[in-house]
Parts: sequence; C-alpha cells; structure tokens
Amino acid sequence: MKTILDVQDLSVSFDVYGGVVQAVRGVSFSVKEGEAVAIVGESGSGKSVTAQTIMRLIATPPGKINRGSIVFDGQDLLSLSEKEMQKVRGNKIGMIFQDPMTSLNPTMTVGKQIMEGLMKHQRLSRSAAKKRAIELLSMVGIPHAESRISQYPHHFSGGMRQRVVIAIALACNPALLIADEPTTALDVTIQAQILRLMKDLQQQTKTSIILITHDLGIVADMCDRVIVMYAGQIVETGTKREIFRNPQHPYTKGLLNSLPRLDQAKDEPLVPIYGTPPDLIKPPQGCGFCSRCDEAMRICETDVPEMTAISDTQTVRCWLQHVRARPTEMDSGKGASA
Amino acid sequence: MSEPFIEVRGLRKFFNVGNNRILKAVHDISFTIAKGETLGLVGESGCGKSTAGRTMIRLYEPTAGSVTLDGVDVTKLSKSKLKAYRRKMQMIFQDPYASLNPRLTVLDIIGEALDIHGLAGSRAERKRRVEQLLEMVGLNAEHASRFPHEFSGGQRQRIGITRALAVEPEFIVCDEPISALDVSIQAQIINLLIDLQKKMGFTYLFVAHDLSMVKYMSDRVAVMYLGKIVELASSENLYAHPQHPYTQALLSAIPVPDPDLEAQKERIVLSGDLPSPVNPPSGCPFRTRCHAATERCAQETPEFREVRPNHWASCHYA
Repeated sequence: MKTILDVQDLSVSFDVYGGVVQAVRGVSFSVKEGEAVAIVGESGSGKSVTAQTIMRLIATPPGKINRGSIVFDGQDLLSLSEKEMQKVRGNKIGMIFQDPMTSLNPTMTVGKQIMEGLMKHQRLSRSAAKKRAIELLSMVGIPHAESRISQYPHHFSGGMRQRVVIAIALACNPALLIADEPTTALDVTIQAQILRLMKDLQQQTKTSIILITHDLGIVADMCDRVIVMYAGQIVETGTKREIFRNPQHPYTKGLLNSLPRLDQAKDEPLVPIYGTPPDLIKPPQGCGFCSRCDEAMRICETDVPEMTAISDTQTVRCWLQHVRARPTEMDSGKGASA
Repeated sequence: MSEPFIEVRGLRKFFNVGNNRILKAVHDISFTIAKGETLGLVGESGCGKSTAGRTMIRLYEPTAGSVTLDGVDVTKLSKSKLKAYRRKMQMIFQDPYASLNPRLTVLDIIGEALDIHGLAGSRAERKRRVEQLLEMVGLNAEHASRFPHEFSGGQRQRIGITRALAVEPEFIVCDEPISALDVSIQAQIINLLIDLQKKMGFTYLFVAHDLSMVKYMSDRVAVMYLGKIVELASSENLYAHPQHPYTQALLSAIPVPDPDLEAQKERIVLSGDLPSPVNPPSGCPFRTRCHAATERCAQETPEFREVRPNHWASCHYA
C-alpha cells in the first residue's frame, strides 16, 4: 500500500509566559492509504498539537515548528505558503474537531457551511454545491436533509452537529481524515452512532483516518494501528493486537492496567500510574516516563531511549527493550549461578 | 441486607424554565442505600442523575418526596437544623478546576469546612487537622499553604475529597469525580475513594457515566433515563443480565478496550437522540428509541417492579 502521510522528526514548541513548552519532541510516523491509525495519550502528551501541525493550524507565534517534515501526497506541507495550504486544508485533508458545539459557525446555516468548501475547492456552482450538500447530509444520517440544510447549528443536537461536522470534513473526498477526539463531548449511545457512521464511511470511501483519542475502548473498535504518545514523544507503536495483547512500554502497560476490567472485583485494587506527567517547559533529560516508571534504571534519567523494533510492526522507546538490554543466555539460567 | 441508611421516596425535582414549561429533571425516584454501601447512578447527560444527587443533600430544594438519612427526613429540616445535618452528608464535585476557590489557600479551603461546623478550636489545631487530612489523601502537609492553581487536576480532586472528609461525614455524593481526569490519574482517585470507604465506613452515591468504573466501584447500580430510574440491581446482575432495553443498549455501547471482545460484540445502536425532558413521551419514556416498543408502551407507563429477586426494572416486557 502507498504511504499517504509521512511525518519525520517533527518538533513543535510554544512560547508562553513561563518559558518555552516543548509540546512535540521529535515525532515520526506514517499513514498508509486506507489505514485507520489511532494516536493515544493523555492531555498534554502532544497528540492534538501533532494533528494541528499537520493541518498547519498552529498559530505562529506563539507556536514554532522547530524541525521536521510532513510529507503528504509527495508534498512537504511545512514548505507550503498559506495560500497553497488552503488548497490542501478541507480539500485533501479533512478534520473533525472535538467539540461540535464550538466548531460550527453559529451565524451561518448548516448548508452554507458545507457548500463553502465545495464551491471553493471543487469549483461547484451554487446549485450543484447545494445538491451535493443535501446528499452529504443524508449520507451522514440526518433525516429531512432538504429542509435541515437551511437551519442553523443551534437547531441541531450534539450528535447531529457532529454529523454535520463529519459531512463538512468529507465534502471534498479527502484522502486523509484527522479526527481529534470526535466523540469525547458526546454521550455513549450517541458515540456509538457516530463511531459506526465513521467506520461505514471509511469502508465506502477508503479514506485514511488519524483518530486521536484517550479512550482505549474506541481504539479497539476503530483502528488498525496504534501510536502511543507520552510527554511529546512517541513511546510505542504497533498493530492494535500487539498494543493490547503484548504491550512493551511501561506506560502502555500502565494505561491498560489502570482501566477496570469488566470482571474485576472491588477488592482487587486498580493499578494506577503514580505521579503526574512531566512539565514540558523543562522536559526531562532522559526518558519522559522515567519519574513514574517502576522499572526505571539509571540510564533512563540521563539518556532518551531510541526506538527499538520488537517485530516488523511494533516499535518501542524503552531502555528495557533495547537490543543490549535483552535477556541473554546467561540470564536464562546457564550462567546465573556463577 | 442491613437496615437502609438512606431512603429516598418519590423524590421529584422540577425546574420552571419559563413560558409555563416545566422541566421534570427528577421524576419520582425511590431507592435505598445501606450503611457502607456504594450505589452507582448512571445515565446519559440530561437524564437527571446529578440533579438527583444534589437534591438528595438539599443543594436543590426538592419539589416533592422525602429523603430519610439515619431516620431523619432531610427534606423537612429547618435551615439551622440542616446546617448541622450537612456534616453528615457531603459532596465531591465533578470539575476540580471550578469547585475550588482560586483565591483561597488549601488550608483555608479545607479549614472553612472546619470553621463552619466549629470543629477546630485554635488556629494551630485547625492547621494540624488540615495537614492530617491532606496526608490521608496522599498529599503533603506543605501543600496547605499553596493555592489551587499550583496543583494538577488529580491533586485538585484530592483537595476536593479532603474538603468533603474534613467534617467527618457519613454519606458522600460523588458527582462524576473522575470524568475531568486523565485515564492514568482516574485509577488513583478511585483507589483512594475505595480505601477511604474501607477505613471510615462511608456510604457513597457514585454518579457517573463511565459504566466500567461504576461497575467496579458500586455494590448496586441504578440506571436513569429522562428523570426516572429504569433499572436497579446489584452491579454483577445488572451487567450480566440487563433487563431494560435501555440498559442493554447502554452496556453494548461502551467500547471495550480489548480488540477481540470488541470484534465479537453485537452492538445495539440506538437511533435518535434523548427526547426533551420538558416534553417527555407518553407512557414509557424510552419508547421513542426502543427497538421493542409497542402500542402498549405509548399508553401505559410501565411499573417499576421486581423482575428477578432484587432486580428491579420498569419495562412491560422485562
């Protein structure tokens, strides 16, 4: 399969009152055609900044892209002018934001907001754009699309608004769809509707998806591959099965352990990750997770571990998995007594 | 089961939303909680679960019904008597960013609770007590002199918990105490709440929408829909044998963090949105979204009845 997006060594920082926040520190990953990739991590781990940088939605200043490249469809997005970027944004790359209450313009009808992209990017006439907008609204499951199109966002419920946002994002048949916590603001029963819709649409249109979330349940449902971020870095990547069945990074393991299993009894305590994430104004010198890691060693405090391949598809950034730290024959018994 | 410690009977809370329209946020709910028990209260936003919790400890004045705590009807208490009763019932709020006064130090936030109920004699005693409480929830004595903005979300929620603990309550309403926190921090707070319950014998009403956390936390779980309790059972039974179609849909909608289980799972996707509580459907409130709804559901309101031993549901067909 063709690689559609290739991010290399991306670093983004923000100038704030207290110093410079190193929000994204050397992130590299790629997305293939038709693939659904999840980026998981807690707030402040850099997952949303990564997504917004791909869309070039970071305000500079205070933001600053220090290093790296984002190659999309053969073009380095970081070298494009704002005008050239406008041809990509909303056209070849669509985006779904977290909060459907604030990501629509309250003073424009829903129809106008969908038609805007169609007329601008695809040069459709007003009437053709309107026809297509009605089609899109019915496609995302909004009944009576012909009349709903002339209503304003406040006429729609949260779940319906998110459907409108999805219709806008998909209007120009983007090759890549970035969904930043698309269901976090919604109730579980509505979330189930939206996730099913996104899954169906992906199968129909073969769009690649980057799904940003902190809900591991959604990842298990929606994605092929998982990227785990912590403190501005990627700490582990792998297929869905590898991440859930054979996690290698202590943070990934901790994240999975801190969720209650449905069969977990109350007297069996949850295993939390103690402590809090580091302050990225002064990012740790070594591994970002080392202050919360039970297995931290001296080297973890001083040196950032490299990405180590576990399999063809799984990589991890942890000294414990480094080639030189792997168990040898001596560890497995033969030389242990010596 | 032991004597009910808290008994809620026919509790109603209606809000007047103008134009002679009444929003029936809590519409005739009844349940009991035993001493030292945790009752989970789940449902979608707008179903009235937070209002129910707040009305129970009289942060809202109930429209009708009674709440009996330890033999005394809380809804009938006069203002002065209620203040003394508030020592017995406390609340932990959802948003640790909004529920702490940003202009007070932690010492004063927690100390205020002690002052109101006259629990601290001297200043030194007040300080010692606050420090003692902070250590109980995993913070340090030095934290007392700091302001809320100097803490992370998880730490702030610990301060909110400390404030509730300060007056040595017996009953605590936890209103979505973890939903504003990161996954890795949530488990810390849940473990703390369970730990405190074991040590101090608290009775909890645990209001949340995260169903797997509710199952883990609670002894029994009540499911609310449009201001009514539609199902109530022990947490094992509710999750293993949900009787009400709404509970079934709600449970099937939670994504499970396990790719194999997720692939096998049959998901009931509810169509449509929650109807407006200002103008709820006739008969069974859930019938507009229910796959099994019939004529009867539109005409008769289903009775809340015991469908299996200790398992209550309000559905004609359960």
